[in-house]
Amino acid sequence: MEGISKYIVFQMNHQTYGADVRQILSIEKVQEITEVPRTAGFIKGVINLRGDTTPIIDLKERFRLGKLEQTEATRILIVHIADIRVGLMVDSATDVIDVDAELIEQAPEIIGGIRDTFIKGVAKQEDGLLILLNLEAVLDLNETNELRKFTKEQQTGGQDSGNDIGNR
Amino acid sequence: MNQYTAVFLDESREHLQAVNDHILKLEKEPHELALIEEIFRSAHTLKGMAATMEFADIASLTHQMENVLDSIRRGQLAVSTEIIDSLFLATEALEEMVEAIGAGQDGKKDVTALVGRLEQLEAGEDGPGASQSDGEQEQPALDELQTAMAAEAEKEGFFPYQITVTLSDDCVMKPVRAYMVSQAAGELGELIKTVPAAEELEAGTFDASFILFLLSQATVEEIHDAVSGVSEVMQVEVIPLKLTDKAANEENSQEETAATQVEEEAPAGQSATRKSKTIRVSLERIDDLMNLFEELVIDRSRLEELARLSGNNDLEETVEHVSRVSSEMQEIILQMRMMPVEQVFNRFPRMVRGLARELEKEIELDIAGAETEMDRTVIEEVGDPLVHLIRNSVDHGIEAPAERLQAGKPEKGKLSLRAYHSGNHVMIEIEDDGAGINRNKVESKAVENGLITTEQAQDLADEDVYKLLFSAGFSTADEVSDISGRGVGLDVVRNKIESLGGIISVASAPGKGSKFSIQLPLTLSILSALLVKVRDETYAVPLTSIVETILLEEASIMDVHGRKMMDYRDTVIPLVALREVFDVPGSSPEQKSQPVVVVQKGEKRTGLVVDSFIGQQEVVLKSLGSYLGDVFAISGATILGDGQVALIIDANALMN
Repeated sequence: MEGISKYIVFQMNHQTYGADVRQILSIEKVQEITEVPRTAGFIKGVINLRGDTTPIIDLKERFRLGKLEQTEATRILIVHIADIRVGLMVDSATDVIDVDAELIEQAPEIIGGIRDTFIKGVAKQEDGLLILLNLEAVLDLNETNELRKFTKEQQTGGQDSGNDIGNR
Repeated sequence: MNQYTAVFLDESREHLQAVNDHILKLEKEPHELALIEEIFRSAHTLKGMAATMEFADIASLTHQMENVLDSIRRGQLAVSTEIIDSLFLATEALEEMVEAIGAGQDGKKDVTALVGRLEQLEAGEDGPGASQSDGEQEQPALDELQTAMAAEAEKEGFFPYQITVTLSDDCVMKPVRAYMVSQAAGELGELIKTVPAAEELEAGTFDASFILFLLSQATVEEIHDAVSGVSEVMQVEVIPLKLTDKAANEENSQEETAATQVEEEAPAGQSATRKSKTIRVSLERIDDLMNLFEELVIDRSRLEELARLSGNNDLEETVEHVSRVSSEMQEIILQMRMMPVEQVFNRFPRMVRGLARELEKEIELDIAGAETEMDRTVIEEVGDPLVHLIRNSVDHGIEAPAERLQAGKPEKGKLSLRAYHSGNHVMIEIEDDGAGINRNKVESKAVENGLITTEQAQDLADEDVYKLLFSAGFSTADEVSDISGRGVGLDVVRNKIESLGGIISVASAPGKGSKFSIQLPLTLSILSALLVKVRDETYAVPLTSIVETILLEEASIMDVHGRKMMDYRDTVIPLVALREVFDVPGSSPEQKSQPVVVVQKGEKRTGLVVDSFIGQQEVVLKSLGSYLGDVFAISGATILGDGQVALIIDANALMN
């Protein structure tokens, strides 16, 4: 039993992805998003999630897979890792399935246009591949879906560079 | 963390703080044995708790502290700077261990060096074989000090009792029972002695019976009942003690000491009775309560809106009443979150002492208004800036003793730390009687760093020159010292204070000293704000930064070098259009006059151009979350009555 974990299954551009259910607080329908000025493009803004503000990321834009078109099926996965709570907007979220750890294989360097940093592994299913995402990396703003360009560190240096997402 | 650990942490911190305070006092009054008693008691309680929780290192260190303290109170050892230092070091180590436990670690630490040092001290004036700490077991009587204490206490209505407790033969947890008995007795008064010594009671190395000496206002029956209430206690004998004449005579010689002791005891006794009216509530619960209440505030504004729209009188009245009641609740909950600044100030005496020794300066720290209360969040954040400012004053402000003498000042420098309430704010001041800020030095440094030109420097008033200290990357210390020149300047302090919604300023007189003043808001979480509309978005501007709202005729907007300006009370101030700065989507209505919110920071004023004013409202400040970090000109978000999220504007950031 140990080897089996539950994954939330969701879709982007007709590819199926999985996110560890233990890192997902809830799945929400899209509601009105308040834009936050001067933040990275993939940050769509914040929503009121039962009394708390929660930032929303367009996961497609995060991975540079295009821009999400909102439809009736669009869902927001509320991810909770460490102290961080963030909503990930995806095309649709359909299922929760059991995946046996033994069936998870290491991901090739790039799959479905996504770098392996963001991928925990790939699980073969009857109806195709399930790409299991590494959500920690998705939330890490230092990780991008292209070869990292090193920008000059500010001379002050001490600032938490991980936290300011293109605010200037 | 289980609840025992939480209690252990709370109490350990309290006791360590007490130890700390008392050691500081002891340094000033090395002959005050009452202080030794206090320290001993705290160390002892700590040891007991640590042993029960199986934190062996804390227990062994406190045990050795006790031994040293015990030697002092027996007069076998005199208080010396070295002893004080070692006690401080030990306390520091204990604090580290306790904090480590708080952080979820095992609280282990190599304390052998410290224990060794204390052992040496203990042996120092005593020679080997001095650890006969329980040698007097055969004679269960009070020593001079204890007798003196008892005699003094008697005047206050506390009578000495000798309680002999016998545990049942089959008692398997003797140390625990003994501890419980001591606790039960301790609640009725002051335990001044046990036979065998408390250490042995805890270790369980005694036969079935032991003796406690208690100072108490309770009657024999009350004591008897309390003690025999502990399970596995077979027999209890309570005898009121008569103080011997010998003790009474000796008491005269010790009058002074004992008198102060009782003064110390009395408030302790009072606080013990007061304790029954307060309860410990975990911060988590108060935070939860606050969060729930914040939701209520949001619903409250929603309700108000709905009631107004409905036109139903009864409903409106009810809602109005709900609003009033919840306003009062808000007040109470905010008060619950208040803590005395003491929490932060506490650590400064030791820090200043350490710094002064390191720098070979003599400094007296004077703390006033430590009881001033502030919101917990502010208190947590304000510590670091204060540390910085104090280090600064000690390092750069107060001169070396020789220099001070030359300047005709007393050798000992004075550093005052004050806190007080002023309107809706808390003021904290740090004042020293040192050399003051050297204007020329600041000037040349500022010119050097390209902050101002030489010409500008000449025209600046002293005050403005001092303000340069808070500019980024500024440090006037000639050499980078270990104390304050760590490469971060006062700008970091300023940023922190401003992020808390506060203001920092400095005043200085050459040769007389300088004063840093910090003004902080009482609370952070609920604030009054003006809601404004910019295109489709609603923003909240905190009332504290607003001077005025104006409807500005299009025609009176000036264009100065491509920047939009306006005339405001005979000065020209810049205009900032929020729709442009924030790049708000949508279109703004065409209107003849522009709504402008005039905001102020210090002397600086700026007009924020919006599309329309919505109105004033109490809003609950919510963080945007750690994921977004610091967003330009946005200090947080709030949830409006209709469930929408509105961003709260940090007007300060828009003024640069």
